[in-house]
Amino acid sequence: MKLKTDVDSSDATPNLFAPRRRRLFVGKRGIAASSLSTAIVFGLIVSVLFVTPGGATVRYAFFNPHEMWVAWIGNPRIGLLAIRDGIFTNVWMFLVSEVLVLALGISIAWIRFSQSPVFVPFRLLATLYTDILRGVPTLLVVMIVGYGLPTLNFGFLSHQSPAVYGVIALTLNYSAYVSEVIRAGIFSVPHGQLLAARSLGLTQTSTMRRVILPQAIRTVIPPLLNDFISLQKDTALVSILGAIEVTRAAQIFSATVFNESGLTVAALFFLALTIPMTRYTDRLMARDRARRLAGS
Amino acid sequence: MSEVVLELDGVVKRFADNEVLRGVSLKLHRHEVACLIGASGSGKSTLLRCANLLETIDGGSISLFGQPLGDRRIDPDLVRRHMGMVFQSFNLFPHLSVIDNILLGPVYALKRKRADAYDEALALLDRIGLRDRADEYPERLSGGQQQRVAIVRSLAMQPSLLLLDEVTSALDPTLVGEVLDLLTDLAHNGTTMLIATHEMNFARDVAQQIVFLEKGVLVEQGAPDQVFNHPREEATRKFLERVR
Repeated sequence: MKLKTDVDSSDATPNLFAPRRRRLFVGKRGIAASSLSTAIVFGLIVSVLFVTPGGATVRYAFFNPHEMWVAWIGNPRIGLLAIRDGIFTNVWMFLVSEVLVLALGISIAWIRFSQSPVFVPFRLLATLYTDILRGVPTLLVVMIVGYGLPTLNFGFLSHQSPAVYGVIALTLNYSAYVSEVIRAGIFSVPHGQLLAARSLGLTQTSTMRRVILPQAIRTVIPPLLNDFISLQKDTALVSILGAIEVTRAAQIFSATVFNESGLTVAALFFLALTIPMTRYTDRLMARDRARRLAGS
Repeated sequence: MSEVVLELDGVVKRFADNEVLRGVSLKLHRHEVACLIGASGSGKSTLLRCANLLETIDGGSISLFGQPLGDRRIDPDLVRRHMGMVFQSFNLFPHLSVIDNILLGPVYALKRKRADAYDEALALLDRIGLRDRADEYPERLSGGQQQRVAIVRSLAMQPSLLLLDEVTSALDPTLVGEVLDLLTDLAHNGTTMLIATHEMNFARDVAQQIVFLEKGVLVEQGAPDQVFNHPREEATRKFLERVR
């Protein structure tokens, strides 16, 4: 009996050409096709601003070049804040937070791996900390810190600017995420590395610091940068405490001149900040993947 | 016989309800080379790891220079500084250059000055003919070169003995020779070594003592000539027939 899986032994030459409809987009025609489809898709998206009943209003209220410009440079004559003056606040908030987050995140991950019995309470705290702070919305953490610390009435801790409370809240929140990312990185280091380091007589601390962490952090740089992009955006949440940063300045502008173009300017600012970082992260990830493929 | 360096006395090791070592006893003297032979899963690697305190034992005792390692006052890190260990899969540190791999132990475990340890590390690399590769990263080296670097990495600690865990098993057949040559060289210079290996000819040539393990039991031990040519035990004979 002849099985279906038997090799076909007939003499017919197989046809290897693609069907006609799939040959349409080959070569130069493919470039033309991609340009056309791009134009159509983007055109459709933008056309929403022109064909909808409220399109004209939205164009005037959100994309008014003149208002956008005024929002950007401000107008001291009528006491209007400039969005560009808020930039510094966002930038220092995320720069300081990122440094603190990295330090705290590594510490928490490290504590959760420590085996010393003295560290038991800290291990419990670290676990509790990551569980709670990953579960509470960042906005709430910002409010709790920003309203809570001043209420404590506890020396200098209670007499800081909203931006400082913002940094504290963002650090608390993002350290929880980052410590998990670093923990995953630590898990990804092969066990043989630990054995080799310990067999050289390195202490647990030296092993972590000289062998495990350097490799762990290298592997988690892309997800780490991802969290930092997210953190940069979340500096906007500190506006709820009254810190005059980009978002707050934009809100004030809108409320004063009844035009939302300031919000668009704020959005563009955040994009200018995050897009280079996103591109860079993507490139790192692609490079990492290429390296891994080459290595296997 | 000279001083006993390492002594195992009735060592028992269990993983859950699987008994991997069932009362193994052996003595390793200064300048002596002992080879552990036996099928995969016979407990050779576990024995080496227990000796290096990478695993805790469930019975018996292990002592180094007459000091029982089960004593609570023993510092495992100090013990390991006297015992070099080399692994089947090299386990070089991929984020460090060759020279930094070798310097890690002396600098961070022995707290020696980097500059002082540096020349010794270079001399070690010279010995294995890889001095000019000092600043490269391990992944750029061949398997045989990596394993030789791993061996001198443990030598840089100036250990009292070396534990070698099937160090040629992960290598291309063409690269096995260079690693075995280095070990033979070390043996001739009087390095005390406990070697788990599947290379029977090598074991016969360098060892003063052959230890045959089967299913965690030390079945037979003795001089190479006795174990290889006149095995007393049926199990030993069967094993040797299979590997030949």
